[in-house]
Amino acid sequence: MSTAVQSQDPHPAVEPSYLVSKRGLMSWLVTVDHKRLGLMYLASVMFFFLIAGILAIALRTELFTPDQDFMSAQTYNQVFTLHGAIMVFLFIIPSVPAALGNFFLPLMLGAKDVAFPRLNLLSFYVYSVAAVFLIVAILTSGLDTGWTFYTPYSTSTGTAVITATAGVFIAGFSSILTGLNFVVTVHKMRAPGMNWNRMPLFVWAIYSTAVIQVLATPVLAITLLLLIIERSLGIGIFDPAMGGDPVLFQHFFWFYSHPAVYIMILPGFGIISEIITVHSRKHIFGYKAIALSSVAIAVISFVVWGHHLFVSGQSELAGVLFSFLTFAVGVPTAIKVFSWVATLYGGSIQYNTACWYGMAFLWTFTVGGLTGLPLSTLAIDVHLHDTYFVVAHFHYVMVGGTVVAFIGGLHHWWPKMTGRMFNETAGKWGCLLVFIGFNVTFMTQFFLGHQGMPRRYYAYLPEYQVMHQVSTIGSYILAVGLLWTLIYLMHSLWKGEKAPSNPWGAVTLEWQTQSPPIEHNFHETPHIHGSPYDFPEIDKSAGALHH
Amino acid sequence: MLFSLLIAPAAAEAALPPSNPGTPPMSDSPWSLLPAASANAEALDTLYIFFWILCGIAFVGMIGVQAYFMWKYKKPAHGHAKTSPLTHNGKLEFIWSAIPTFFFVILFAWGEIEYMKQATPPADAMDVRVTGQKWSWTIEYPEVKGCSLTNDLYVPVGKPMRLTMTSVDVIHSFYLPAFRLKKDVVPGRYTVLWFEATKPGLYPLMCTEYCGDEHSSMVGRVHVVAAEEYDAVLAKACELKQGDAESAEDFGARVVTRGGCASCHTTDGTVKTGPSFKGLFGKSETLADGTTITVDENYIRESILEPNAKIVSGFSPQMPSFAGRFDDKQIAALIAYIKAQK
Repeated sequence: MSTAVQSQDPHPAVEPSYLVSKRGLMSWLVTVDHKRLGLMYLASVMFFFLIAGILAIALRTELFTPDQDFMSAQTYNQVFTLHGAIMVFLFIIPSVPAALGNFFLPLMLGAKDVAFPRLNLLSFYVYSVAAVFLIVAILTSGLDTGWTFYTPYSTSTGTAVITATAGVFIAGFSSILTGLNFVVTVHKMRAPGMNWNRMPLFVWAIYSTAVIQVLATPVLAITLLLLIIERSLGIGIFDPAMGGDPVLFQHFFWFYSHPAVYIMILPGFGIISEIITVHSRKHIFGYKAIALSSVAIAVISFVVWGHHLFVSGQSELAGVLFSFLTFAVGVPTAIKVFSWVATLYGGSIQYNTACWYGMAFLWTFTVGGLTGLPLSTLAIDVHLHDTYFVVAHFHYVMVGGTVVAFIGGLHHWWPKMTGRMFNETAGKWGCLLVFIGFNVTFMTQFFLGHQGMPRRYYAYLPEYQVMHQVSTIGSYILAVGLLWTLIYLMHSLWKGEKAPSNPWGAVTLEWQTQSPPIEHNFHETPHIHGSPYDFPEIDKSAGALHH
Repeated sequence: MLFSLLIAPAAAEAALPPSNPGTPPMSDSPWSLLPAASANAEALDTLYIFFWILCGIAFVGMIGVQAYFMWKYKKPAHGHAKTSPLTHNGKLEFIWSAIPTFFFVILFAWGEIEYMKQATPPADAMDVRVTGQKWSWTIEYPEVKGCSLTNDLYVPVGKPMRLTMTSVDVIHSFYLPAFRLKKDVVPGRYTVLWFEATKPGLYPLMCTEYCGDEHSSMVGRVHVVAAEEYDAVLAKACELKQGDAESAEDFGARVVTRGGCASCHTTDGTVKTGPSFKGLFGKSETLADGTTITVDENYIRESILEPNAKIVSGFSPQMPSFAGRFDDKQIAALIAYIKAQK
């Protein structure tokens, strides 16, 4: 235990926790405490996860038979658009960084708060305004463009494109402000002794994510603004009927939205690094490789957007270059996965719920990563592009990767955030249901896609029916698992045992203060003397295997 | 479902009723829904199988090692075991970076080579024009004067064909799963797709770029026929004249198929993007501006030639004009067909 000077619970319960240090609704609405803001984000993203999840179940139910069942074509198109737009812009992008990142980044750095607490509060309200815009769009005339807003369809459709894109535009500012806050926090607010090589890997991941948020999101903002200008003023930018170029929109859109995929997954990588080390009592394998691969992924992610345009009619040379660069992202990603597996070597693995999610992630994310390879391979992508294969691939990365990591992180940090322990047996059942339901739902879709099933069809050829039905049943299992998880976590708030300050025996700083933490996080500023993964179980006397 | 998979393609084609385009069977094999019907498809399948073997080995290897570690290094019942001080290993990290890189380069190069073959049509390829619109494909053969088909592409075995494609409204994507080919169809520019079919049969053609309400109905058929039969089959397909023994209603049914009307208009009363033909004739309808009209010959004729002139309340102006596509006799037959849908 060389990391922190403090022992566990130096002043047990002498100071009230952040949850009760101030009382009343106003104390929450105008709070600048990163922990309270983290919880407020958590409640918001969970709400939108629930809404978009219900939409997904409606879609899967409609697809149970080849013909139209209970949704008209227009309804189906609006529902899949809202599922995508809400999941991407209101759930996944803010999920880990804004909820868990806000809560734990300052704690893990040994800081009292983020660098700009008021800006942090502003980010939350900007996000809320964006959500209101999207809800207004849904309630007025809906949105049927798909979450990608491709022109000229989005220029010509009669639905609430301007309201919705304005919402996404505003959500982007929340993302930029949060990213900016985190970059400055990591640079300026580290506790004494915490040099860059002693930062927890979750901090590295959030840092890489924040850099992408700051650099890429403005391009989305500009693109959506151009789209709004085109629609409202009739100035031809993307619509060929007005002299514009529809493929230009795709270039602009993916210049943001591909890096955005890494905004969604990099924080998940960070969580997995924490979970696997803590629950296997092992130093992370390849700390530098994992930290630097996050940065490498962040950099390369900016030059791979063209793989979304392999069949758009872009030049062959561009296709070849983007294919090559896309494979280049695969290398640092593979390094991470190998390093996590190697971390298990020689460990003492404690199988609690968070660890189960970590193990599940290695399976689902590996499938997601490997199935990215045929999509990077030019000639194969021509066949698989815009089929269910792509749907399955990105759900394996976004749900099997980010969401599984997010739920794992929620379990890992739940005692710290709420001060309560949840029921481990209930947690493991939930994880099992989520894992089985998820794989049944989306593994099937790889085969559907390879057999040629296109995306975004409300009715389909009868040959695909059996696979669609298997997928739908899987989605019900997944939904039951997620609802079950919600129930026992909520239950723990009332009935859960009180959490000790460090239930898993972790070494990072967030565990060196009480659960839940006091308003200013630490009684005295911690000093750092070593690695965040230096567990007491590590056998220092054993012959060092490195080098 | 199995039945449609098992019937031979030729029989399936004969079984298609003229008024209902239906959906083509995907395959004549019960084991795969997806036949490989072009030289390109066979080459692609080889690459795809290589990918599966490679990734299968990688996946089983990685999950196998993970499972072994998970079992071997489980925490003891009481307390914790001493754990390994291992933090990194340069040699191992180099190896596990180099091996994926090596295979990535192979996949990249192989994919690139096949892609460049797909990108370069041979000089002697036959030309076909494809126009995408909401929600049908218009397919025109320059060699056959005035031949304009909807959702039906005729292809001879063994002869390269080059499709020059564009869209009149939004972006569509022309997808031939049996040929493993796809290309976006973009308004305001031409994109090109070429292939050489190898296997006679009936295969699906689908739109894979989301294009609005009836995106799911933009499904057509590719008829691959023997080279020596091709000219006759195409000429017959292009012909749209009332037969001597054919009633106006039956001829009208063929006109409906040619126009791709079923994408938006049903005959069973279900309302899709356009009104159902069932019971349509003679109905009183209210327009968006509140005036009332009766659906008679003149209204139907106007709606075919100038679809957006009088839109019935509750519908949106989505239909393309068929002026120049259908002549008076064909329109008359179409009206006779609609009249018969009581």
